[in-house]
Amino acid sequence: MSVVKIPELVCPAGSLPALRAAVDGGADAVYLGLQNATNARNFPGLNFFIEDIRRGIEYARQRNAKIFLALNTYPQAENWVQWTSAVDIAADLNVDAVIMADPGLLSYAVKKYPSLRLHLSVQGSATNLHALTFYKEHFGVQRAVLPRVLSLQQVRAIIKIAPLEIEVFGFGSLCVMVEGRCALSSYVTGESPNTRGVCSPAHAVRWEETSAGRQVRLNGVLVDRYAPGEPAGYPTLCKGRYLVSAKADYAIEEPTSLSVLDILPDLISAGVTAIKVEGRQRSPAYVGQVTQVLRRALDRCGRDAGTYRPEPAWRETLDKLSEGQSHTLGALDRPWQ
Amino acid sequence: MGGEMKLALGPLAYYWPEQVMRDFYRQVESWPVDIVYLGEVVCAKRRNFGLDDWLETADRLSATGKEIVLSTLALVEAASELHALERICRNGRYRVEANDMAAVQVLSSEASFVVGPHLNCYNPATLGLLAGMGATRWVAPVEMSASMLNAIQLSDFEGVETEVLAYGRLPLAFSARCFTARDAGIPKDHCEFRCEKHPDGLRLSTQENQPLFTVNGVQLQSGLPCNLLDDLDTLRDSGVDVLRLMPQMHGMAQIVEVFHQAIHGHVGTMATLELLETLNPDGYCNGYWHGNEGMHWYPPTLRSE
Repeated sequence: MSVVKIPELVCPAGSLPALRAAVDGGADAVYLGLQNATNARNFPGLNFFIEDIRRGIEYARQRNAKIFLALNTYPQAENWVQWTSAVDIAADLNVDAVIMADPGLLSYAVKKYPSLRLHLSVQGSATNLHALTFYKEHFGVQRAVLPRVLSLQQVRAIIKIAPLEIEVFGFGSLCVMVEGRCALSSYVTGESPNTRGVCSPAHAVRWEETSAGRQVRLNGVLVDRYAPGEPAGYPTLCKGRYLVSAKADYAIEEPTSLSVLDILPDLISAGVTAIKVEGRQRSPAYVGQVTQVLRRALDRCGRDAGTYRPEPAWRETLDKLSEGQSHTLGALDRPWQ
Repeated sequence: MGGEMKLALGPLAYYWPEQVMRDFYRQVESWPVDIVYLGEVVCAKRRNFGLDDWLETADRLSATGKEIVLSTLALVEAASELHALERICRNGRYRVEANDMAAVQVLSSEASFVVGPHLNCYNPATLGLLAGMGATRWVAPVEMSASMLNAIQLSDFEGVETEVLAYGRLPLAFSARCFTARDAGIPKDHCEFRCEKHPDGLRLSTQENQPLFTVNGVQLQSGLPCNLLDDLDTLRDSGVDVLRLMPQMHGMAQIVEVFHQAIHGHVGTMATLELLETLNPDGYCNGYWHGNEGMHWYPPTLRSE
């Protein structure tokens, strides 16, 4: 039996308790953001003050885990300094890596802090060899997170030739669109992941109880209508029920989560450097449970990927934490093709 | 602020039958557009027109004095798509619009290029970087407002023109999934080119029949076309050099003519808006330019307050 290199498990934290839950659950690295629009999960009450990051770094390092700071939104001319200050903060805190997307900001970081480790965020939207090479050659980016639009064969092919480490999403909410190039949210609400770090912002959501059942609107736009007793999810625009060709359906994607539990050995043999868990907006309990399941699954693969089978209990745990209590392989799988 | 604004016909986002495409670009020869963008931006499977067809069309249009730019695919995944992209970038005759960093990577060692709307260029640092690599024009991302653009334009990039999408359904998102095939209940691999049946895309509405998005294969566009006809003054004030009009099946000649006249100050704004109303009874949007949700429409009467 050959020894396989087990990918790093990279987990989300929207708060210090979530960071601790991730580290305790077995994360190799935890990623987090500052409390402003410099990161792609800019929600009220979420994310970190500088002092919290210091405490988080201390907690993580004592337990051999790393801390990555996500500065993965696109600065605009009016607020450029907020983003460069965030890079300065990252360098000052000596985080293990900064996750970025904007070429201008990457350029600032590499010029000012040549030893700062840079990862290309999924928001950087690099889906092919030349794009990855661009970020490697110009900014010395050492790792890229692939958008969730590639099939397993494509992931495999890219890793074979990629000039840097590749990280892929393993679990969590599924972006159907290529990340970093989706403006559905700002079309309806004025705020998007690229510019404000939010998708379908909570302040635009309105629930209504009607005689026909529950309805949910985003800035006045009817996203979904639920039958009595039907479970209702968060109204992201890509997972609503709309009319196309006169029938009301999930025209873009069902509310479901990505889970790679079933294909972990394939991803490992493809050579992924890291598996990322989505969900900085989730509770510490969620982060802890997902981290524990993936830790066990990865460790099992490490012992013997050939005989690896996900335990039913793992799948059950993850499905309970998933949108619509169901999971998908998304673009990694043939049904999308 | 330079001279008069130029008009550009953006790349065709839809999949039209070969003969329809030929006829369309034959008509374009006589239209008052200064720049024509040619090429497939949305889906690599659409091959009615190969690079040779595009180049032939380019030569014909170029002979009428128009500037030609070849546009590249926005979402590039497979190795075959990368090879096709390299061929376009190294065509040796026409400038190329890069819609993915892969194209920038190839073009930065070749010649001057256009930064397409699908590259995320939101600030002067990024634009400066791309200008240093050879960009001589950039198309603002769809989300760009007048005030965001003004702030960028403060760092005057000499030799870099600014283009803004001024008419047409906004390209909002791309996916690995084909939503047209999904609607038809068939897999993407065997899509039967169903998008050919929807020459202006497929309407996606809320359950209250509000037009929300337009399904166009792996792309989602805005439900309402953007229309900045009444914003010419602020576009000029923002230093915009080029207005991009996106091709659609019906009324395109009229739309081009209306914008051409408006740029030259020949037609009253209200009259032209009325003319456009008949083309799209659902209305238009211009929210992004005004710094708000893209779907919003700021009517001219309110805006002048």
